[in-house]
This record gives sequence, structure tokens and C-alpha cells, in this order.
Amino acid sequence: MAVLAHAEAGEIAARLRNFALPAHQDLRVPENGLVMLRGRVGGDGAPFNLGEATVSRAAVRLASGEVGFGYTLGRDGEKARLIALCDALVQSRDFGGPVERDVIAPLREQLMLRRNRTAAETAATKVDFYTMVRGEG
Amino acid sequence: MYVAVKGGERAIENAHRLLAHARRGDQSVAEISLDQISEQLGLAVDRVMSEGSLYDRELAALAIKQARGDLIEAIFLVRAFRATLPRFGASEPVETGAMRVQRRVSATFKDIPGGQILGPTFDYTHRLLDPSLAEGFVPEAPAAAEASTAPTPRVTDILGRDGLIESSPQAEEGASVGDLTREPLNFPADRDLRLQNLARGDEGFLLAMGYSTQRGYGRNHPFVGEIRFGEVEVELFAEDVGFAVPLGAIELTECQMVNQFKGSATEAPCFTRGYGLAFGQSERKTMSMALVDRALRARELGEEALAPAQDEEFVMSHSDNVQATGFVEHLKLPHYVDFQSELGLLRKLRKEFAEASAPDAMKEAAE
Repeated sequence: MAVLAHAEAGEIAARLRNFALPAHQDLRVPENGLVMLRGRVGGDGAPFNLGEATVSRAAVRLASGEVGFGYTLGRDGEKARLIALCDALVQSRDFGGPVERDVIAPLREQLMLRRNRTAAETAATKVDFYTMVRGEG
Repeated sequence: MYVAVKGGERAIENAHRLLAHARRGDQSVAEISLDQISEQLGLAVDRVMSEGSLYDRELAALAIKQARGDLIEAIFLVRAFRATLPRFGASEPVETGAMRVQRRVSATFKDIPGGQILGPTFDYTHRLLDPSLAEGFVPEAPAAAEASTAPTPRVTDILGRDGLIESSPQAEEGASVGDLTREPLNFPADRDLRLQNLARGDEGFLLAMGYSTQRGYGRNHPFVGEIRFGEVEVELFAEDVGFAVPLGAIELTECQMVNQFKGSATEAPCFTRGYGLAFGQSERKTMSMALVDRALRARELGEEALAPAQDEEFVMSHSDNVQATGFVEHLKLPHYVDFQSELGLLRKLRKEFAEASAPDAMKEAAE
């Protein structure tokens, strides 16, 4: 599901469009709220409250009974609903495999491409400092 | 004391209409979009998110646009917005050691595992205005190199392995995390509340406070152990789901300040630390925060606390720019009743003064 949280609503919707989706209903209509983000003292110590983030959440139930939950940073309720739908679909016998293959896997690949590009651009700025001996110059 | 006034509705309405017009500026110039603000004024967005204490790029961009670029006004707008939403819970603490770093430098060690990575930085630029940016500038594509898969441990973790630096304080089991948006601030405040206060504190104020420690007002001999900027994953333990769900990633800057060492008869000397963490790429903010965090530990570390930056009541009560601007700026609202009573008192005192000195004046005139 982490992959879906990193995708745009439009990207998920576009990939779901190829599916004949089973009947489903909103168990929780998309709702926006806040989550307090926490850090740790020194990076590895006791937690502290850093500041909040907007979060959208939703829950969807398939007619066959599977319940899916969707949570994502931001205020895009439709994205939360799509994540919940995918979460429900991956649990179903008929849709689990295809959703993993045709929705999540390609989005994961896109995410990795974006991350690899950033990593490569970042790597090009790696620097080797060397200390000069005093008196040289 | 402020006494309410009434009236002036029409003028206020017209003033706000005029503000909207002034905000838009010359309408023959293209209107700025939120995407443009978010993409091209990214560091302003980062600052508004940090001090507005709300991670949402789009809202911060909207606030900057609405505030005509006045960042404190934008921060105020974001703070007001956050009060309109329910809180779903608190995230699992973010793991900055697992950050996908886009920048990471240490001023203490030149050879750190994972390397020094400059990333997108103003450092080493010449600070000369660049006329080519004035119009139609297309940047060169970034250089690329093979990315290393080596981990990038925090520099303080490396020092910690040899016991050369104090370890981070751990939470007591079951201890709650202080939240100054929920409970009023009391002194002395624990480190969690201090860090929350500093994280949303005004960058300029913290910069000045941090600078004052360097100039000798509470000196604590700092080195930048490490600054890192990049993406970390956020997870929330969702009660309806029953486990921690991924929410996506946020950008953070972390600063680990390594400070003067301390030891005692029973403890071997080791470096002390100050910590800074903020949303987005906020280096000056996190460095200042780390300096002030360390200064505020004076009592805990048995140091004399005589300087402003070491006074937690002073620092924490004045760091919030929304509170500060509220109190300073309210002075421009009508204080007519208040001022009338002062004026009345002053006239009375002047009259008494004139009467008391009148005989002297007459005496002088006679001589």
C-alpha cells in the first residue's frame, strides 16, 4: 500500500479503469484530518511532536465482503478512496493478483524510476574534501 | 487594555476589496499559480509549513499567495486552518537514519560512511545576482552519477558507538509525548515540549538566539556533526486497521550539533548535543534550533544559565511568531478608550505640576 500512497490519484484511477470492478460501497466516505508527525530527540531518542500534516482517509467494502482502508498524506479524498478500494481488491481471490500486477507493480516501477533518478542526481554532488597542510596554499 | 469598537463596516469591506486588488497587482501581468509558488519558491513553502506547523505544500503555497508573500501572515493563515480539522492521531516517530538523503554534510568528519553529499545548496555560490534568471532561464539538466547503495548512518551514531558523545535520552515506558497545541505551556518544560516549540518557532528569532550563543552569550562550542535533508516515510497506527499504515513520504532537514564536552568524577567526558528538525529544506532553521536546544540544556548539564538563549521561559515565550505578531500588531487596532483614560490622567498630572511650580515661577520673575 506504501506504493499507492506515493502515487497520484489520477495514476491509480487510470490503471483501475481497465478493470471491470466488482460492486463496492463506501464504508467510510473520504474524510480529511490531521496527523501529528513525530520525530525523536537526537534522531534516535524519546519522541517529540514536530508538527502536523494533512491526511485523508477512507474505507471501502466490496460486495463480496472484503474491507479495504485508505490513508494518505494530503487532502485528496478521492485518492484515499482509491487506495481503500485497491486494499480491498488485493484481498479478494479474483482481483488480488491482477491488481497487484496491473496497478501496484507498474506504480512501484514508476516510483523506483523517480527515486533512482533523484539518487543518481544526488550522487553526482558527492564531494571529497581534503585537508590542506598548513603553509601550503 | 483593549476595549471593542463598532462601526466602520463599509470602510473595512472596501479596504479588503482594495487589498484583493493590490494582491493581484497589475492585471496585465500573469497571475501566479500555486504550482509556481510550490515549485519555484519552494523554500518559502518549506518555512511556512515548518512554522505553520502543518505539512501541506499546496496549503502553504495558497497561504503565501493570499498573504502577498508575507510569510508570517501566511504562517498565521496555516495555523488558523489547522484548527478546522480533526486529528486522526500521531504518527510513528520518523526514522531519520533511513532518510533517502538528497544532501548530507558533516563539518566534523570528512570521511563519513555514505559520503558527503552537497545536493541542491546555496553553499559555495558566489552570491552574485544572476541576470540570466530575469527571464526565460532554462537550467542545464542535472549531472548524474552511479548512486551508492551504502547506508548513510547518522554521524552521531558513529560517535556514539565509541562512547564519545552522549546518547539520546530515551522515553520512559508509557510516557506521553507533550503537546503544546493541547496543553498550556508550563515551566520548566521537558525537552519534548522545548523541541516542539523550537520546531514551530520563528526562524529569525532562533537565528538571533543561536547567533548570540556563538558570540558568547551562553557559549557552548558547537560543531555541525551533520546536516541531512531528504525524504522519510511516515506511518500512522490506524486503530480501524489495527496496524501502522503508510501515509507517504515527507521532506525533512535534520541538524545534529556536537557541542563542548562534559564529564564528572563518575562519568568519562563526552561531547554533548543539540538537535534540530524541520519540514522541508530548512537548514538555517535546524542549525539555529540545534544551537538553541543545546543552550536550553544548560541547567540539565550543570552549566551557569545567565544568557537569554539559556532561559527557557524567555526563549519559549517569544519564539512563536504568530503569538508575537498578534500581540505586537494588536497595538495598531483602536485603543481610543484606553488612550483617553491615559490622556485624562496625564492632563491631571500636568495641571498639578503647573500649580505646584507656579509660585516658584512667580518668585523667580520677581527676582
